[in-house]
Amino acid sequence: MSSVDATGLAHHFEDLEQQREAATLGMWAFLVTEIMFFGGLFGAYVVYRTMYPEAWDNASNQLDVFLGAVNTTVLIGSSLTMALAVRCAAKGNNKQVAGFTFLTLLLGLVFLGVKVIEYKHKWDHHLMPGPHFELNGVVGGHEQIFFALYFAMTGMHAFHMIIGAGLMLWVIIKALRNDYTPQNHTHVEMIGLYWHFVDIVWIFLFPLLYLLGKHGHDIAGAATGGH
Amino acid sequence: MSSTVATPAAEPRTNYLNVDYGWKSWVFSTDHKRIAIMYLITIAFMILVGGSFAILVRLELATPAGDLLQSETYNKIFTMHGVVMVFFFLIPGVPAVLGNFLVPIMIGAKDLAFPKINLLSYYVFLVGILLTLTAAAMGGIDTGWTFYTPYSSTYSNGQVALAAVAVFITGFSSILTGLNFVVTIHKMRAPGMTWFRMPLFIWAHYATSLIILLSTPVVAITIVLVALERLFHVGVFDPTYGGDPVLFQHMFWFYSHPAVYIMILPAMGVISELISAFSKKRVFGYPVVAFSSLAIAVIGFFVWGHHMFVTGQSTYAGVVFSVITMLVAVPSAIKVFNWVSTMYKGDVWMTTPMCFAIAFIGLFTVGGLTGIFLGTMGLDIHMHDTYFVVAHFHYVMVGGMVTAFWGGLHFWWPKMFGRMYPENMGRVSAAIIFIGFNMTFFPQFILGYMGMPRRYHFYPEEWQVLNLLSTAGATLLGIGYLLPMVYLPWSLKFGKVASKNPWGAKGLEWETDSPPTTFNFDKVPVVTEEAYAYPEGARHQPEAKVV
Repeated sequence: MSSVDATGLAHHFEDLEQQREAATLGMWAFLVTEIMFFGGLFGAYVVYRTMYPEAWDNASNQLDVFLGAVNTTVLIGSSLTMALAVRCAAKGNNKQVAGFTFLTLLLGLVFLGVKVIEYKHKWDHHLMPGPHFELNGVVGGHEQIFFALYFAMTGMHAFHMIIGAGLMLWVIIKALRNDYTPQNHTHVEMIGLYWHFVDIVWIFLFPLLYLLGKHGHDIAGAATGGH
Repeated sequence: MSSTVATPAAEPRTNYLNVDYGWKSWVFSTDHKRIAIMYLITIAFMILVGGSFAILVRLELATPAGDLLQSETYNKIFTMHGVVMVFFFLIPGVPAVLGNFLVPIMIGAKDLAFPKINLLSYYVFLVGILLTLTAAAMGGIDTGWTFYTPYSSTYSNGQVALAAVAVFITGFSSILTGLNFVVTIHKMRAPGMTWFRMPLFIWAHYATSLIILLSTPVVAITIVLVALERLFHVGVFDPTYGGDPVLFQHMFWFYSHPAVYIMILPAMGVISELISAFSKKRVFGYPVVAFSSLAIAVIGFFVWGHHMFVTGQSTYAGVVFSVITMLVAVPSAIKVFNWVSTMYKGDVWMTTPMCFAIAFIGLFTVGGLTGIFLGTMGLDIHMHDTYFVVAHFHYVMVGGMVTAFWGGLHFWWPKMFGRMYPENMGRVSAAIIFIGFNMTFFPQFILGYMGMPRRYHFYPEEWQVLNLLSTAGATLLGIGYLLPMVYLPWSLKFGKVASKNPWGAKGLEWETDSPPTTFNFDKVPVVTEEAYAYPEGARHQPEAKVV
């Protein structure tokens, strides 16, 4: 019963402006819930990092900084293409929207592919948390918790990327149907916000998981007079 | 003054109930009022489910020996009672039913901002229920509703993973509802409906929605970690691998303490409406009551540690949590004082909703003050995990939230369905509920103070009298709850036809039809006065009193 008229205005709104404002506020409020959702994981990360700093460094150094850096670049690139897609939608150029969104989707898939390679490595090296976890010949050290959080955090992030990929397909379909107009392109704007949010989560994950350990390792090394 | 005489219209007008028939017009409806009705039916079913578990608990405790249920079964029964009541009745009760129905109408909107998301939230809720009931049928869970690790991760014999998924999913239903309320209240208010003209019911729902948005995601991720722990032994909360079970409690209570305000704040919103309407007075200190809702929402986020005084958290943290717990009592007390002041020199009309509202004030005050006992660190060592705690939170949740829910349901029943409920039956059931409730839970304060622990199915013989009293009271309470579940549906066909405004109350919802049309108002209302703008010394119309 929520009927929508030709300009894309739903029956219960007064005008497109009100509808756009409602959608924007709704999306931001949703992103706040997402921050709290990942916040729980970040909180657990901080607690355990404080409890087991050495295990944390050890485990962190098992991660592949190169692949992580590649993925960071890929994601930042995808944010650029996403932003360009939104800009084209604001001009009503649906063809370019479809093109840039497709690029975004492609970069997202590259990211997920690299993630699969990384996960495979961890699997091969017995770094999956659980009864078979083993690092440097030690079974079930505190490093396991690092990896539990690593998989929970990057896994949740990847899950959001997969949903994002689905949303990209939706944008492409709508763009190919010429749905976006300069007056009404809230849809792609909101999905853009979501995509940027998922990127930003990674911007925090990358240093916390991949880089801080290296840094901590060096400092620990320097303090004890090198290796 | 609008007409208060109930005259059946010759030609019933089109309203949201008769605009369309057939099951499809309900299950695919995006009308907030129809979704509210679907929620109402669903949670009415869930209160019966949760209530039957409660009956089993009270039956078991009627005798000192553990003779009716084995201890494992008893663990499952009280766990299911808690899970069903907390997640499927107390949390969605007022917001998803009364809030869904009334938030748009009270601010003069045609619907919530995202009608489809509103429908989605209902189905997400339904999936959560089905999974929970499946988990119950497949052997249930025995961890207590709090899912404490390592009960839930290492030692449980039940369907923890399935129940965790169910709770996780249900959380999204409340997030979607909260999101919808926040956006609707910000962006959909009718012309002239400024923030400080909004009914306090709206303020309460706004504060509640903020809590839902900020806290529910945290329990969601916590529950995910428990499920991972349970399924793959990843060790995040498992001391064997250096994990910390107390971290689970921190993350859990970071949600679950604010969650008690998710349960009680909307109920407080209902009470503000009832007290004002039946005292014919503006709520005393309106802005203070409005801000006290926000204050509870904010302060409520910083008290979770008072659930954990005996976990070994640092004494300094305990002191801070204890002090903040005292602080959160202040805005609640402000509300109670202001409700009482509202009644002072008002024309108090003891309808069924008003009986429930006054019962609420008494019961909530007892529940709230005993919360102060428990928030005091030294005393809590003695009372922790005793029946004192059980009595305390039942006074707040059942005596508070459920009483307000009944009051609100009776108050807005004529608006929702266009029929009056039988007034005297209503008063009788309110009285039975009040007496039955106190008989059930007051003895538990004494039992708890004497040291009876919660969650055991047997106890020393000298406690039988009080326990039996509690079981007898629970029986009375059950009858009190069943009565409205009979006469309210009865009134749908046989009740007197309700006018637009049978109570002579202020508020946009009383200016539209009973029941409202699909878009709530024929034309967008323009608000020109404060909320509850009753003239000085207003009296109820004599004919209105003959209900």
